[in-house]
Amino acid sequence: MLETLLFSNLLSDTLMLSRIQFAANISFHILFPTITIALCWILLYFKVRFDLSGNPVWMRAYRFWVKVFALTFALGVVSGITMSFQFGTNWPGYMETVGNIAGPLLGYEVLTAFFLEATFLGIMLFGIKRVPNRVHTFAALMVAIGTSLSAFWILSLNSWMQTPTGFEMRDGVAYPTDWWAIVFNPSFPYRLAHMLIASGLTASFLMAGISAYRILKGDPKQAPRVALRTGLAIAAVLTPLQVFVGDLHGLNTFEHQPQKVAAMEGVWETENGAPLLLFALPDEAQRRNHLEIPVPKLASLILTHNPDGEIRGLNEFEGNHPPVAPVFFAFRVMVGIGLLMLACAWVGSWHLWRNRVSSPWMLKTVVAMTFSGWIATLAGWYVSEVGRQPWLVTGVLTTADAVTPVAPANVGLSLLMYLALYAFLLLAYLHTIRLMARKAVQVEEFETAEIVHFTEGAKA
Amino acid sequence: MNLDADVLATVFVGLMGLAILVYAILDGYDLGVGILLPVRADQEADRDTMIASIGPFWDANETWLVLAVGILLIAFPSAHSLILTQLYLPVAVMLAGLILRGVAFDFRAKAALDHKLAWDRTFKAGSLITTLSQGYMLGIYVTGFQWNWANQLFALIAALGVSVAYSYIGATWLVLKTEADLQRRAVQWARSAGRITFLGVVSVCLTNLWVNPHVFDRWLQMPLAMFVLLIPMLCFLALLGNDMLLKRLPKAGDRHCGVPFALVILVFVCCFSGLAFSFFPEVVPGQMTIWEAASAAESLQFILIGALVVIPAILLYTAFSYWVFRGKTTELHYH
Repeated sequence: MLETLLFSNLLSDTLMLSRIQFAANISFHILFPTITIALCWILLYFKVRFDLSGNPVWMRAYRFWVKVFALTFALGVVSGITMSFQFGTNWPGYMETVGNIAGPLLGYEVLTAFFLEATFLGIMLFGIKRVPNRVHTFAALMVAIGTSLSAFWILSLNSWMQTPTGFEMRDGVAYPTDWWAIVFNPSFPYRLAHMLIASGLTASFLMAGISAYRILKGDPKQAPRVALRTGLAIAAVLTPLQVFVGDLHGLNTFEHQPQKVAAMEGVWETENGAPLLLFALPDEAQRRNHLEIPVPKLASLILTHNPDGEIRGLNEFEGNHPPVAPVFFAFRVMVGIGLLMLACAWVGSWHLWRNRVSSPWMLKTVVAMTFSGWIATLAGWYVSEVGRQPWLVTGVLTTADAVTPVAPANVGLSLLMYLALYAFLLLAYLHTIRLMARKAVQVEEFETAEIVHFTEGAKA
Repeated sequence: MNLDADVLATVFVGLMGLAILVYAILDGYDLGVGILLPVRADQEADRDTMIASIGPFWDANETWLVLAVGILLIAFPSAHSLILTQLYLPVAVMLAGLILRGVAFDFRAKAALDHKLAWDRTFKAGSLITTLSQGYMLGIYVTGFQWNWANQLFALIAALGVSVAYSYIGATWLVLKTEADLQRRAVQWARSAGRITFLGVVSVCLTNLWVNPHVFDRWLQMPLAMFVLLIPMLCFLALLGNDMLLKRLPKAGDRHCGVPFALVILVFVCCFSGLAFSFFPEVVPGQMTIWEAASAAESLQFILIGALVVIPAILLYTAFSYWVFRGKTTELHYH
């Protein structure tokens, strides 16, 4: 009964439909950049290792992964173009209110990042026989810089929406007063670092997972083993770093958006010595939790570095805090996956280092973790973005005030079209990646030309 | 540097115009190649060559669209909101088209062989959906978002016209980049598309003068008319000259194979200048001028400094990329 009511309400509501559409778009989009931002640097590493050693195994690894990169990049580009239009089609109030700030940040992303990566991508993918080797490596470097710059600008804008600074309001419109304060707003450095490392983890687990899959399918070659080792080693370094940066990011959020942290921790009443809840069912109607599994004082200890520190509860922000359950659960999913990653990366790396050969159970575990980065990244973004509600720009503009006047039927129509398209593309993507991995198993170790090159390289 | 808001608005509408023009030319030819793609199962070799001819460029070409929409959003936010909410459904359809062709390009090279033809057809369909919806939006836009049957008809004609114009530039791109049998067919495509483009340009000119009295006055006002009427004259000369040249292509030693492409660029520049001259300074015809729509001077100032540094760099490395892939198209390998 409740569900039918909710559903009919949803369908008649442009705001809710637009939110679902934007969430679907951005969730679909982030899957691909979160791979390519870091994968490009790993590709550059393979290419440089090849340039330095002449060992064809690095080129083999590069060749396989550059195909995955190209496909992933294309999906990122096309889903990103969709985003740039949706600001206007679905959230006109957003640009009308904060366009003076959001506009230039997006503009710098296009100017400094998109053209750089798109143009040099052509040379990186198709130019290896047309340009000197150094120029090709340089092109790969430019693509890597471009993708990271893109992350820089878009995360700056997102962080500004979370923690806006450096502006003044005149007649309901935001005007910039200090660009430095806008770009480097308080939450930006933490969010950027957190996202870049998340990308590193997503790419490294993808690489490890697919390489392990190839080895399990009987691939006798060196390249997947090199890629597996590289993926697990990167993950082993980045997971603890991510725990550390994530903690700093949490402390920053606690300072600037306490209502978001209260929802993450499921704290209703302001408390000294709040427990860390391993599990609970937050109930917004009764404003309390059910089935709590608490660890005493731990939340206070983490957030204030004092077991009896104060955490302000949701009741202090009534009517002005995000929906609790989605933030609460998404946070636990993110942290849970993070811990699994930590265990997998360390045990896996230790195992490879000790035994030199990989056992089937370990390979299977790594395969199971192939797309763990996607889940953790999405969960993390849900914490961040649902946690920003009811605001679109904290304290400046609510999501409801920014929505389009377009009829719900039109939004419903476009939403259905996008959902069908995205479901189809996601399946096609996963299917194609699997196919590429299987095809790679059949390829010979090296072609004759490569071995000649290797021996020459070794002599030189 | 301290420019006032009115000057900044003019500078930015110029930049936006440049971005739209470059987009229409660059993505125009790769969309056109997509539309022209033959879809019979036994024509796979042709499809491979045609797609290889645009492979290294399509991604950067599409970025000009993002830049154009970006400038509209940065410099004229209220116009951006107005235009995009008015064009809600056609924009969604265009995006679906762009998504389909973008991914089809990559999937075709990596999918199982029996799916390759399906992805090629998707590529063609995606290209056509994109160009039809762009033309439709252009038609609705220049008639000031009036939703009556006459404007709908005009928009539908514009949809076909833009698609044919893109096929025209795409075909001349193929004349430049391909050889032998495919090149000969591209010459034929270019001739047919050129003639239909001619009809399209004439009908858009006449309709524009007929439905917009102030546009009529502006074009025929002496003494300015003596100069601006050069624009349509140049356009028709280019179309005519191209038709005559194409009749004699390919020549021995493949001489003049790049001239048709250059002439079509000239046609595009003329058409674009004509439209810009008709409507400047209105950013939404009949409803909003650039000065009403412009955003804060401090924001435009901030982005202009960056744009002046970065746009020359973009043009430089774009030129470098075209230089790297100069000459006839060779087989495309993801090494």
